[in-house]
Amino acid sequence: MWSTAAEPALAAAEPQPAAPAPVSLASLHRGQRARVVEVRLPQGIHGHDTNLVLRLLEIGFVPDERVRIVAHGPGGGEPLAVRVGGTMFALRRHEAEHILVQPL
Amino acid sequence: MSAAALAEGDRRVALLGNPNCGKTALFNLLTGSRQKVANYAGVTVERKEGLATSPAGRRYRVLDLPGAYSLNADSADEEVTRDVILGHLKGEQLPEVLVCVTDATNLRLNLRLVLEVRRLGLPMLLALNMSDVAARRGIEIDLPQLSQRLGVPVVPTVGVHRGGADPLLAALDAMPATIPAPAPPWHPPTLAEITETHRQVREILRVCVREPEVDRRFDERIDRVVMHPQVGMAILAIVLFLMFQAVYAWAEAPMGWIEAGTAWLGEAVGATLADGPLRSLLVDGVIAGVGGVLVFLPQIVILFAFILALEDSGYLPRAAFLLDHAMGKVGLSGRSFIPLLSSFACAIPGIMATRVIANWRDRLATILIAPLMTCSARLPVYALLIGAFIPERTVAGVFNLQGLVLFALYLAGILGAVLVAFVLKRTVGRGLHHPLMMELPTWRLPNLRNLALGLLERVKIFIRRVGGIILSLTIIVWALATFPAPPADATGPAIDYSYAGMLGHAITPLFAPIGFGWEICIALIPGMAAREVAVGALGTVYALQGGDEAVAAQLGPIIAGQWSLATALSLLAWYVFAPQCLSTLAVVKRETQSWRYPLLMAGYLFAMAYLASLLTYQIARSLGAG
Repeated sequence: MWSTAAEPALAAAEPQPAAPAPVSLASLHRGQRARVVEVRLPQGIHGHDTNLVLRLLEIGFVPDERVRIVAHGPGGGEPLAVRVGGTMFALRRHEAEHILVQPL
Repeated sequence: MSAAALAEGDRRVALLGNPNCGKTALFNLLTGSRQKVANYAGVTVERKEGLATSPAGRRYRVLDLPGAYSLNADSADEEVTRDVILGHLKGEQLPEVLVCVTDATNLRLNLRLVLEVRRLGLPMLLALNMSDVAARRGIEIDLPQLSQRLGVPVVPTVGVHRGGADPLLAALDAMPATIPAPAPPWHPPTLAEITETHRQVREILRVCVREPEVDRRFDERIDRVVMHPQVGMAILAIVLFLMFQAVYAWAEAPMGWIEAGTAWLGEAVGATLADGPLRSLLVDGVIAGVGGVLVFLPQIVILFAFILALEDSGYLPRAAFLLDHAMGKVGLSGRSFIPLLSSFACAIPGIMATRVIANWRDRLATILIAPLMTCSARLPVYALLIGAFIPERTVAGVFNLQGLVLFALYLAGILGAVLVAFVLKRTVGRGLHHPLMMELPTWRLPNLRNLALGLLERVKIFIRRVGGIILSLTIIVWALATFPAPPADATGPAIDYSYAGMLGHAITPLFAPIGFGWEICIALIPGMAAREVAVGALGTVYALQGGDEAVAAQLGPIIAGQWSLATALSLLAWYVFAPQCLSTLAVVKRETQSWRYPLLMAGYLFAMAYLASLLTYQIARSLGAG
């Protein structure tokens, strides 16, 4: 139906040797740019959030996508306004912790 | 499903798309005011259908499906959208053509849903909405190429311009008629499938769309201020202050006209009829009842004008962003704030405004606590009691004691709401973390046409669905307070002999522990029609004559002489919590589509009111105020 011609692999690119280690999206500061590495269940937290992971992927938090924190809410940095692929979303810390990013 | 104005032969078209893609504006443009708003069977999701006519004269029944990011539903809205297009929703026919509406400036997000829906193989069209904005931003979209890649016709649309839907209507005319077949079995996508779809979206965008580096300077400059933790909050406070100032100030005059008009009509009708039950029914029942419905309209119209404009501009989600953390502490979300604040004017528009809350559990919690916000109808009761029992004295040098008591009453309502929200969070919402994940759309100028249609829709819903209930309840309360008529040798006030009087006497033992005498018990019954009616009813019980203000003025000294301070305080506590407003319960029934929640609300509010009054009365008495 549509072309499936090969494109650079979307699944997380190999971490570059000099790149800093991936961190949670929730730990970025305002204005900081990053690249999504993966969306996954945060360690040590209850494991029934598969739908949350799927939804985060659906709204655009896919590997290699560029993200940037636009603003932090007044509640100790919560919620976060995150720009991803041309759209801005407000996420609570809990959701943001599901997203692993590589600061740029 | 059957809509009177919609002929069965017209083709059924469903609009589907992401939230914020301008779908509703396009729907408004297609159908104008030929819309019918109802609910989907058994759920509280709004069903909007309208009639569109193409320039060639063909007619379409257009269904505006709730906005969805995915078929893998995350909310009641999204479930409806999925079930309609899969043909799983009872009472809902499968659409003959699906129109996928996308925001042409944000295809990266929007195309994913298009691809997901495309796999179902239903007859489908793609509308690139807001194509004017896309063109202005220099976004070039290769329509034939995109159409070929997707295998569906693609048309540009502009939801906010006259004629902006013509290409879509022409394309619909050109679609071959098909008999809708149920979609193939659908399963929730896996992680790998979602990632693959995103890859396909990028590939399509690479081939079909040329987009210059997006200039977000304008948006970001506004956002830096509006979403700033301190500056943003200050702006929000100003916006809210102006909004409620306007609701109070602008609504006052039209409400006065409606009240005066009702009174004039009542007198005019009363003068032409002989004294008797018919005159009383028309004047005190029907005309007062219709007036009682219409009097809510000015506040509803002004409040919703603000809410719709703020929503349309993109400010409302940002306000929710700012308030989310504070509201989240008691298990609500930032979106609960405006409905709750509106409830300080009146719980009815407030509860209607909960429609902006997408999450059903959040919305329900907000509805349930809305009546605890001190509405303006409580003020006449408070004014009467405070004026009669609380001395005008200065406390701590600056505060007026009467003002302090009034403040305490407002505060008691808010604290009660916090408590209830917290209990709901710990019981109904226990263990559930619900994410915010709210889109903060690009700023845009509100469109007047959409604003007007949105307002009209709210007014229609209020008058048709809520007005009828309020009117019938007013008539029932009137009948209770009027029949049976007092005997010829009656000595007490007429209401004493009526069903309301009997009921009042019957419940008196129940209310004795909280210090209410039979006079108060009787006044509480007509007071169910609207809180402020209780003042007039007390006047009736004490056989006072004259208009509302004259009665209130005479009533003060009487109750100050006959009631104890403990009783007065207890009645104040009662009015903070008690569901003394059948109209509110009626609107909850309407908004939740069930009797369960209004009953639950009435139950918990009565329990809270009784407990608060009991504590107040007993403590006041033990302190010597009995």
